[in-house]
Amino acid sequence: MTDLADLTIAQAGSGLRSGEFTAVDLLAAVERRAAVTEAHLHAYLTLDRSGARTAAEAADAALATGDPRPLLGIPIALKDNMVTRGVETTASSQILAGWKPPYDGTAAIRLKEAGAVIVGKTNLDEFAMGSSTENSAYGPTRNPWNTNTVPGGSSGGSAAAVAVGSALGAFGSDTGGSIRQPASLTGTVGAKPTYGLVSRYGLIAFASSLDQIGPIARTVPDAAALLEAVVGWDPMDATSYNGDLPAIAKSLDTGVAGLRIGVVTELSGEGIDPEVLEATMRIVDQLSNAGADVVEISLPAIEYALSAYYLIAPAECSANLARFDGVRYGLRVDGATTEEMMAKTRAEGFGPEVTRRILLGTYALSAGYYDAFYGQAQRVRTLLRNDFASAYGRVDVLVSPTSPTTAFEVGAKTADPLTMYFADICTIATNLAGDPAISVPIGLDDAGLPIGFQIMAPALGEEVMFRVAAEVERLAAFTERPRLATSKVVAP
Amino acid sequence: MPADIDIERVAHLARIALTDDERALYGEQLAHIIEHAERVQALPTEGVEPTSHPLPMVNAFRPDVVTESLRREDALAGAPDTQNGYYRVPKILDES
Amino acid sequence: MTEWEAVIGIETHVELQTKSKMFCGCLVDSGDEPNTAVCPVCLALPGALPVPNKEAIEGILSIGDALECTLIEDSLFYRKNYFYPDLPKNYQISQYTFPLCLDGRLAVDVDGEPTMVGITRVHMEEDTGKSTHIGESGRIHGADHTLLDFNRAGVPLVEVVSEPDIRSPEQARAYGAELQRVVRALGVSDARLEEGSMRFDVNVSVRPVGSDVLGTRTEVKNVNSLRSMQRAIAYEITRQIEVLENGGSIHLETRHWDESKGATRSGRTKEGSEDYRYFQDPDLLPLHIDEAWRKRVHERRPELPAAKRARYAALGADPRTAELLVDAGDLAALFEAAVSAGAEPRTVGIWLTGEVVAYLRRENVTLDETGLSADSLVELAQMTGAGDLSATAAKEVLNGVLAGEGTPSQVAESRDLLQISDASTIETEVMAVLDQHPDAIEKIRDGDAKPIGFLVGQVMRATGGKADPRMVQDLIRRKTQA
Ligand SMILES: [Mg+2]
Ligand SMILES: [Zn+2]
Repeated sequence: MTDLADLTIAQAGSGLRSGEFTAVDLLAAVERRAAVTEAHLHAYLTLDRSGARTAAEAADAALATGDPRPLLGIPIALKDNMVTRGVETTASSQILAGWKPPYDGTAAIRLKEAGAVIVGKTNLDEFAMGSSTENSAYGPTRNPWNTNTVPGGSSGGSAAAVAVGSALGAFGSDTGGSIRQPASLTGTVGAKPTYGLVSRYGLIAFASSLDQIGPIARTVPDAAALLEAVVGWDPMDATSYNGDLPAIAKSLDTGVAGLRIGVVTELSGEGIDPEVLEATMRIVDQLSNAGADVVEISLPAIEYALSAYYLIAPAECSANLARFDGVRYGLRVDGATTEEMMAKTRAEGFGPEVTRRILLGTYALSAGYYDAFYGQAQRVRTLLRNDFASAYGRVDVLVSPTSPTTAFEVGAKTADPLTMYFADICTIATNLAGDPAISVPIGLDDAGLPIGFQIMAPALGEEVMFRVAAEVERLAAFTERPRLATSKVVAP
Repeated sequence: MPADIDIERVAHLARIALTDDERALYGEQLAHIIEHAERVQALPTEGVEPTSHPLPMVNAFRPDVVTESLRREDALAGAPDTQNGYYRVPKILDES
Repeated sequence: MTEWEAVIGIETHVELQTKSKMFCGCLVDSGDEPNTAVCPVCLALPGALPVPNKEAIEGILSIGDALECTLIEDSLFYRKNYFYPDLPKNYQISQYTFPLCLDGRLAVDVDGEPTMVGITRVHMEEDTGKSTHIGESGRIHGADHTLLDFNRAGVPLVEVVSEPDIRSPEQARAYGAELQRVVRALGVSDARLEEGSMRFDVNVSVRPVGSDVLGTRTEVKNVNSLRSMQRAIAYEITRQIEVLENGGSIHLETRHWDESKGATRSGRTKEGSEDYRYFQDPDLLPLHIDEAWRKRVHERRPELPAAKRARYAALGADPRTAELLVDAGDLAALFEAAVSAGAEPRTVGIWLTGEVVAYLRRENVTLDETGLSADSLVELAQMTGAGDLSATAAKEVLNGVLAGEGTPSQVAESRDLLQISDASTIETEVMAVLDQHPDAIEKIRDGDAKPIGFLVGQVMRATGGKADPRMVQDLIRRKTQA
């Protein structure tokens, strides 16, 4: 019999509803998987055993009454930059060590209302700044496909947990690719919705105009189901979208016949690993064979996206992280004066990457530089949006690799910040534009590491995006699981 | 332009105490990153409006309605130092 | 010797009295218990986000409209970045370029001399928490530690920035007073200086008369009353002139007014330390105030103090009375009601600002606690006009009414203050006096009018002051005519 931890959310849902097993059984299976794999992966920062147990029991009671909610009793994980009432939330930073929030973020509230069982909080690059989950104050997360490699980041803990089966689904946040790139590197599906579709209330802010919460799952329909549970206007987030919601899961079985698909020129050549590129083009051909109309599309401004991103995101983060000052919560390092206390607390509490970005953002906003840096980056953003807008006048979706390479070795890019920044070269543009994008696994490279395929859509184009993603999933028929999930590994 | 990063002033504005070694390291890394980021200046943007918000929405308001505040014990629970219901900090150098 | 001229601009912060805070649902005006009106948003807990209070936007627009500003159609919130422990996010949500209101004016008047003070801008922001410095001095210097209360953090705050159009401490005071009146008339704030719901930062510089170059300014803070603002400015002008005449120079700095010492002292030097790194707040959407909205704001503008004063003056109240009435809102309401019911405005105005104010102060009561109503003012005015009461008696009746002794006629009756205006009674009294003073009659008939006053006095004495003096005088004139 299959281990329950290897079920998809859809399978688990029907098993729960048919009474094959209970939510408590399902949780136990996931926690057993965590017990075996955590020593190798460190996907979780906190496992909330009692909270999860209570939620699973409540789910079983509801299931007994025929409650039809799709996520009822499903064990999921939340990235540790999502605020959870009473459960330690640190954003992987020393500065928030031990902080137990007095409130729940909107996503957590909606997931609890949906009956999901929150297993725990997953590791990330500190404050979501990074692409490898190595920048965690609590130690890195490893990739379950090869524990010498990184799982990507910053939502590496969520991606690793889903890949290995210590959660059936998870949520991450994506500011420059932080859901899609780790999904790509761990062979999972990861979606960044349209900016504003999911409330940011309770998401510890990195860069407010770019951050979005989104799902990581093992299948496209699972990702759609997770996303549907959290979307929708929230009066607590002024930037949340208050119009009609896209029909996310409506067209999963429709196929791609008649759709126009654009391959982004700038993301399908130089800088992309040949194996990754080859796999990507194979899928593009298959999409064409399946009836899609494939064209090549150039987005000239995308060449400037990374530069603009590394001005905008640090600038916003320099203000967003100013609240961590040792006064009201978190770490305090004593000083003779409040000024000294604050400066020492922040020096001690923030890791090097966070410090670097705060300094960078402070500089980019300071008098005399604002217009040349921040102001110019915001104008580049407009040009990029214009490029996307004209592209979407010609095609329904754009496609590219999700990550220029498969998973890289732990420590390979930590010495030079810029080389790490290039890991997000394919994903950043959609954050700047505010558009949705999804990564779907399409195969393994020669080293046995997963390759991800990115589908981008215009704002609120989730329906067509998931439609293409579902077709890519069918065409790729990717069924491999990481060795760590299938072998009976014993904790060292 | 990167050469003139006054890292000490930037660190002061950001309220982060740096050691001499850190100042040197971050100064160098920032210069390197800025050099790359400066590429944005190569793009002609005359007459281009900046984008600060991805969706073209305006006027998100809340009604003037009082909602429940935190219980004080919950508000103060995570604080490093408190006294008689207040948050407590060391003396302050100057009035703002 | 150089003649100096002061150049003064005032930044005024006004706390709006909405029910809830600017960006969260915490109660405004929550009393004294510290940290009881706080939530994830106003404490800047990780993950919390601001959502603007619509009523606060209405409030600032009404202020901007009353100050004749242009209400800006597309406006933005910015972050003003600086670290201070009473500022939870370590940035203040404020406005920078594109504030809600630009380019207005406020007319002020010092001893009948009108001046127009330009309003540069009016923008929306949020208040900080409150710091209490603990140590022997109770002040920041020499304090041992500081206690923080965030109940006030996030209370809607409107900043009104004036042009440097003010030239004297008296004008500055008049500006502050008029702005306070306007804000109160709009009903958006109680604007109490002692409690900090209205606060002034004053920029002062001096320059030689005739120069059009601005001198270096200092920013004076901590003025908690109109009087101390006037004193602080006067002090600062004198200080700056003295420094300059002794060959020194003025530094751009913040100075704090010390009420007990009657002096300003040097605070933070501003040069070089200010870099607020303003940028548009990505958590908040642009504000779009369309024409219909701007029109609605303008149409609901109430009568402003200046207009009300002019109207009262046109009704016959003298300027000082008009000002006193307008400043005391409850008296003005009574004045309006009595006048519209037909009472004579000038007399009613004088009663209200004289006798009534004196009574309230003496008895330490509010108008509501007295027996005075518009009806009783109307009745009193009628009785006086009809000659039933002398001016002096009217004041006594008014005091009786205030004390709750009844209506004016009841008080006049019970205190025996009604004038004798019955012609035959008066004639009897006049004839009796004339009979006793034939020599006076003689003099009058010879063309000497002086004894008339003497005879009137005699009749008044004989009637215990209750005869109508005009009737008495008329009668004496008639009877002494040859
Ligand atoms: Mg201000
Ligand atoms: Zn609040």
